[in-house]
Amino acid sequence: MIDVLYFAWVRERIGLPRERVQTQAATVADLVAELSAREDRYAAAFADTASLRVALDQELADFSAPLAGVREVAFFPPMTGG
Amino acid sequence: MPVRVQADPFDLGAETAAFAGAAGGAGAVVTFTGLVRDLPGTPLSVMEIEHYPGMTERAITAMVAEATARWSLTAVLVIHRHGRLTPGEAIMMVATAAAHRAEAFAAAEFLMDYLKSRAPFWKKEVTGQAGAWVAAKDSDESALKRW
Repeated sequence: MIDVLYFAWVRERIGLPRERVQTQAATVADLVAELSAREDRYAAAFADTASLRVALDQELADFSAPLAGVREVAFFPPMTGG
Repeated sequence: MPVRVQADPFDLGAETAAFAGAAGGAGAVVTFTGLVRDLPGTPLSVMEIEHYPGMTERAITAMVAEATARWSLTAVLVIHRHGRLTPGEAIMMVATAAAHRAEAFAAAEFLMDYLKSRAPFWKKEVTGQAGAWVAAKDSDESALKRW
């Protein structure tokens, strides 16, 4: 089981802030493919991963990164702090 | 605490005075404050700032550690708010203290550049009933290259 978090318009498009996901996905990209296949709202949120960022256990990562040992995955748009 | 992420407003004057008073014999204190702007044409009613609790503090703490490693700073402070803010309100502040001003300015700019595009905050501008997420600028991303 892995905790998957969504922020900003990703959260709005999917319709929830977080969920627990049962997955065997090897990488972030595999997880994105699994989620996108579930329902249209996921496919819409993940349509353009170039416009998304991902964090694994609260550290920025790449979509090619492995998920082994990861407890928390977060998807969000580019950050706008400051 | 050098890093504070909070919903509550902060008192810029009091924070700056307290920071300068505890700056460990520094000769220079630089502060930067970001405010909620009013949008040209359409009056902005509210800015909503969302963040990623846990990662936010962690990411900013890492930026402060990096700034402290690069420049001889005697003190650093970052305050960043989240939640609903109105035009004119302070969103965040950075303060740096060093023996001389060049290091304090450089460290403050470094922290600002990183806060812009590496701290997990997302801003939404609400005008009337409509809300629009603020898009990240390419210039914010390219600003990181100079460090």
